[in-house]
Amino acid sequence: MHWASDFPPQSLPATPMLPVGAGRSYGDVCLLDHGTLLTTRSLDRFCHFDPATGILRCEAGATLAEILEFAVPRGFFLPVTPGTKYVTVGGAIANDVHGKNHHLVGTFGRHLLRFELLRSDGTRLLCSPAQNPEWFRATIGGMGLTGLISWAEIRLRPIVSRQIRYQGTKFVGLEEFAALSRAAAHSEYTVAWLDCVARGRNFARGIFMQGQHSEEPQPLRPSKPAHLTFPIDLPEFALNPFSVGLFNALYYNKQLAKQKTGFVDYEPFFYPLDSVLQWNRIYGKSGLLQFQCVIPWEHGTQSGIVRILEAITASGLASFLAVLKVFGDKPSPGLLSFPMPGITLALDFPIRQQLSFALFDRLARITLEHGGKLYPAKDARMTAPQFQAFYPQWREFAQYVDPRFSSAFWQRVTQLA
Amino acid sequence: MGATSAIAIATCRRLAARNANFYLVARSEPKLQAVAADLLTRGASAVTLNVMDLDDPAQHPPMLASAAAALGQIDLALIAHGVLGDQQQAQSDYSSAEAILRTNLLSPISLCTWLGNYFAAQRSGVLAVISSVAGDRGRQSNYVYGTSKGALNIFLDGLRNRVDRLGVQVLTIRPGFVATPMTAHLRRNALFADPDTIARGILQAIRRRKDVVYLPPVWAAIMFVIRGIPQAIFKKLNM
Repeated sequence: MHWASDFPPQSLPATPMLPVGAGRSYGDVCLLDHGTLLTTRSLDRFCHFDPATGILRCEAGATLAEILEFAVPRGFFLPVTPGTKYVTVGGAIANDVHGKNHHLVGTFGRHLLRFELLRSDGTRLLCSPAQNPEWFRATIGGMGLTGLISWAEIRLRPIVSRQIRYQGTKFVGLEEFAALSRAAAHSEYTVAWLDCVARGRNFARGIFMQGQHSEEPQPLRPSKPAHLTFPIDLPEFALNPFSVGLFNALYYNKQLAKQKTGFVDYEPFFYPLDSVLQWNRIYGKSGLLQFQCVIPWEHGTQSGIVRILEAITASGLASFLAVLKVFGDKPSPGLLSFPMPGITLALDFPIRQQLSFALFDRLARITLEHGGKLYPAKDARMTAPQFQAFYPQWREFAQYVDPRFSSAFWQRVTQLA
Repeated sequence: MGATSAIAIATCRRLAARNANFYLVARSEPKLQAVAADLLTRGASAVTLNVMDLDDPAQHPPMLASAAAALGQIDLALIAHGVLGDQQQAQSDYSSAEAILRTNLLSPISLCTWLGNYFAAQRSGVLAVISSVAGDRGRQSNYVYGTSKGALNIFLDGLRNRVDRLGVQVLTIRPGFVATPMTAHLRRNALFADPDTIARGILQAIRRRKDVVYLPPVWAAIMFVIRGIPQAIFKKLNM
């Protein structure tokens, strides 16, 4: 796709179609076997920007990196950003992504004013909370299945500096994490890094990070492009409990004091992994699986997360940088949005065939028992019954799926058990 | 000219960040509007649009005169329109070969004639024209397209020889494979560059007052080798 007017094509392909943005989802929501992918990265034009309100209208293939490159020198920042800036606006809508400020401002979709949805029958729908609200709701978190998003309008937030005022606090155990989260409820950005390898008295140790945009005006220079590229696929044995344990111990102890404060540029604060292109090669040729669940407060959040962590630690499969975060109570705008009030845990696993797959199944079952759910954007393994239990509204959503659209994920989770 | 081509868009975006004033020419009005909005959002000080088919040379002088009037003065002209054409069809049917030559060769020659004289009278200006590495040697896979670009290269050499001494820079841009709508049907390989890489190279070549630039630069070496292959061997190759 190079122009929004290219869709729908004059002759529709016989097989299903799926719009794809940067292809950064970890699982198969952006894949489709035996079908046609509508690659949207060339739809990267900006349509309008109003510096008085911070409202930007752009085509859906523009990446968050491109928006930041444009907006930061003009004194604006994304209202919500995930852990990588190399995703497209269309992808951010389709997965209703969240960031470190979820507890205060909710998901990306909440900062969306309107967008245009193109259907394969040629219908163009302008969607906003007031106009075609049911399509607005279905498309946010709709995994690209409701049609092609051609452009979107988002409200950016003002900043006066690239710097983030940062505070890191070491903790051991989920009690302490929960206490820190409560105390930091008014901090703009909060997230915790967790060591999933440490056992015994170090079980569930980590670093709780909070930050806010600095209010001291500083020159808003553009970012330098990332130039480090991870050069090779590491062999599978490189990632083992010993090397990961060593990395985690070093990371945990890099910060000597219980608490550390300072200023840090927004790039390393929000996008630590983006500075090394193709970091995923560290997992070797077989690659990685992501796991992300949310456990709601009312179902004994802590016992649920503890059981999941115990299963992970016991498996010996964990890798570095598990991420723990409290989701706030701002309602997610999408019919299939993932976030809900509770605690979310995300981490990578190297793929070790049956071992990893069995663990994933166990984790999904624990999540279900505690009233939680998994994040489709990161999933490659949940079964159809699991998905349908996590997202009972899926049948309602199915009415909005474009009859010519599908995805590998959608085929996988809607098949009858 | 050819303002909705991927290389032109990428080049204009970089110039928009420096608040340039644009006069854009292309065939499709909705596409041109989208490009204009993009450039204005990114910092262009003004954008004037002209929807026209550049295949008709009779329309060139009035269009260029209106561009000069809209801009006050033309500092840089970028000629970026072109078609790849269908070699199979062009080798069996002369009229489709002629269509390729009309768009890729005759149309730029007409534009360059007017612009060359305009810049010469002004005693300054940059005339940047997108040619192709395909113009360096005829190959069976696309020699009609190659002819249009090769002949264009010779025309630009001659024009440069005439107007360089009058303060005019004539830049022949010879890109290799670029990931654009024109090459969307080809299988991507490691030699494909993205349009912004080409745009960066174009603006750098203008700054350095280059005459001919291969983009990315690795194509200078590749084409040096290809040009050096003796005919006795070359004619037996499948290229």
